Amino acid sequence: MTTTAAPEAGRRAVRKDKSGPGAPAPRAPRFGRLRQIGLPYLLLLPALLLELLVHLVPMVIGIVVSFKELTQFYIRNWGSAPWAGLDNYSVSIDFNAPVGKALLASFVTTCLFTVLSVGLCWLLGVTAAIFLQENFRGRGLLRTIFLVPYALPVYAAVITWAFMFQRDNGLVNGVLSDLGITDGSSFWLIGDNAFVTLLVVSVWKGWPFAFLMLMAGLQNIPRDLYEAAALDGAGIWQQIRKITMPSLAPVNQVLVLVLFLWTFNDFNTPFVLFGKAAPESADLISLHIYQSSFQTWNFGTGSAMSVLLLLFLLVVTGVYLAFTSRGSRGRKA
Amino acid sequence: MPRIRAAVVGALTLSLALSATACGGGSTGGGSNEQPKTLTYWASNQGASIEVDKKVLQPELDKFEKQTGIKVKLEVVPWADLLNRILTATTSGQGPDVLNIGNTWSASLQASGALLDWDDAAFQKIGGKDRYVDSALGSTGVEGKPPAAVPLYSMAYALYYNKKLFKEAGIAQPPTTWAELVEAGEKLKAKGKNGIGVEGSNLSNNIHQIFVLGKQHGADFFTPDGKADFTSEGAVKAVKQYVDLMAADKIVAPGNAEYAQNQSLSDFTKDKTGMVLWQTAAATFKAQGMADDAYGVVPAPVQSGTPGTGKNVNSMVAGINMAVFKNTKNTDGALKFVKFMGSDEEQKILNKAYGSIPPVKAAQEDPAFNGPATAPLRQTLATSAAALPQVPEESQFETVVGTAVKELFAEAAAGRPVTEASVKAKLDKAQQQMPKK
Repeated sequence: MTTTAAPEAGRRAVRKDKSGPGAPAPRAPRFGRLRQIGLPYLLLLPALLLELLVHLVPMVIGIVVSFKELTQFYIRNWGSAPWAGLDNYSVSIDFNAPVGKALLASFVTTCLFTVLSVGLCWLLGVTAAIFLQENFRGRGLLRTIFLVPYALPVYAAVITWAFMFQRDNGLVNGVLSDLGITDGSSFWLIGDNAFVTLLVVSVWKGWPFAFLMLMAGLQNIPRDLYEAAALDGAGIWQQIRKITMPSLAPVNQVLVLVLFLWTFNDFNTPFVLFGKAAPESADLISLHIYQSSFQTWNFGTGSAMSVLLLLFLLVVTGVYLAFTSRGSRGRKA
Repeated sequence: MPRIRAAVVGALTLSLALSATACGGGSTGGGSNEQPKTLTYWASNQGASIEVDKKVLQPELDKFEKQTGIKVKLEVVPWADLLNRILTATTSGQGPDVLNIGNTWSASLQASGALLDWDDAAFQKIGGKDRYVDSALGSTGVEGKPPAAVPLYSMAYALYYNKKLFKEAGIAQPPTTWAELVEAGEKLKAKGKNGIGVEGSNLSNNIHQIFVLGKQHGADFFTPDGKADFTSEGAVKAVKQYVDLMAADKIVAPGNAEYAQNQSLSDFTKDKTGMVLWQTAAATFKAQGMADDAYGVVPAPVQSGTPGTGKNVNSMVAGINMAVFKNTKNTDGALKFVKFMGSDEEQKILNKAYGSIPPVKAAQEDPAFNGPATAPLRQTLATSAAALPQVPEESQFETVVGTAVKELFAEAAAGRPVTEASVKAKLDKAQQQMPKK
């Protein structure tokens, strides 16, 4: 967004300079042109520098490290770690050996988890947003309450969930057994149920964001569209299908992508819930990579896995954007 | 136009180069004495909380400042963060001058080259090696190399039993063998209590327990030349025996499989569980409001006979070591500080405060370390404790095998059978995750 706004701002600034009544005599036209071109870049420079420092440089270093045998023997002076060629990569994608097999299992778990989590977040978000479009008493309060999970610090919230999911003293088992749904002896933090635990916490944490974005999107749909549709005899479902959903398409495009990337990369939730070693059923890839690098002190392999993850996310994002923007161009035409 | 573009490109290239340098790797330089008046000290969390530690340590640091004029800046680092903090400090070269490490990490950290070597000359500066007991020195780094650290607090595992629950269950004598322990556990269970508590999701604790059981079954987990050896008959038996406390003997409550935050100790102090195998638990019990005479302490069980060496080992050598960061800017001051913390007087004060045993022989003579809670620990350290494998891959071992045991507990808790084959499969998977040598 900044990139498109900046040249405009630049042009305006220059124009004002020339026309202002008290403005100094116009400088040489060549210098003016230079300023016209340079100003936007100048304005962008701080953001660009920070972006480089915070994102790109560490990324490039990570890629370099992925080609090195960076174990505990070299971490003190990691420039001296020997080059490993493609060894770290071949270990990571040798799916017949335990390391590759575990990575693949973790990848599949993460994909399944992401699809379910993003789907549920979106569904809950869109339902709540549509319901809260109607004007009724207490709407403001409900909107605020719905946004609470989004406003809470992740650690505090997830630690509370971890307590609630404890087997012997947790609230979840207490409620489930009081309602007669289970006998109250299920494990939620270890074993196969851990996947459900992770999904519940992730959806709880993620859906308010979907709700917020979709609510903003709904505000932009002109009310008379609905009125006209109602006059023509369209029911509520038809209105949602024919007016709401198509109008929300641009919001959905960004929302789903952002939710996908956040969920796929989520580290905090599984780490706080399960600690250093997540149960196999909930072994998300970010935690898996953390364990492969920090816990076993093998930063080369960990970096190689990270680079593979980066490539995968880049491909998915690229394909997604190409696909969805072609769709929206088609709609406009 | 091309000129300004060139200027922008130039600026960007410059900033990139600058930031790359700023993020550059750690330094290889050794220590110096550029800042002789200050020291930074990372202490591990030994007391009931970080605040407790600060209260214990600060008066001693003030004393040190009075004696030497060196101001020590203290930071107490929680256990969950300590190893990561040390790794980060090693990578960046920006760390404390003096730090505490878990003694089992000694060999792993030694391999990174981040810590000052304690050769004979360095040891002479703090009063010589002879002041320390052998078992503590055995856990300071790879054999045959100068130690990477100096022992500070020693601990050992012992069996803690709840006197009230034992009386109710009619158990006259605390168990000395595993068979007696299972028998006692069954009696406790008959009274509606849990036999013994475990921390099934705590990787380090799992390792400590199965290491000792491994010794008792003649397994070492590493070959003499340092290769991982997790699937030997003894290792499988050891892991199975430990998990069987829940899976077969059923004297561990299934809920313990998810314990990792010392919940088993709370169960013990709340009279829910009759026994725990723990290292120096006295301070924690006190903090949780359990009276000193409400529990008993005896040496941890063996398979048969009495605790000793070889197959009658009944504890690991647990403890905290003190190390000096090679990048320190105050080497002399750091050595003085280690000497101060290892002096007879400080050893007595600090180990009394934490309920641990001084690794310094002279300090051990103090009657405070011969009380009912500490005597069994001291005796164990002196006669029947073994150091965890002093190999560079020790921390990986803790992670992969500790996780295997955690997963086996999860299966036992879910009611699935734990067999020799399933144990072996898990250990085999763990072994294959170890770095190739």
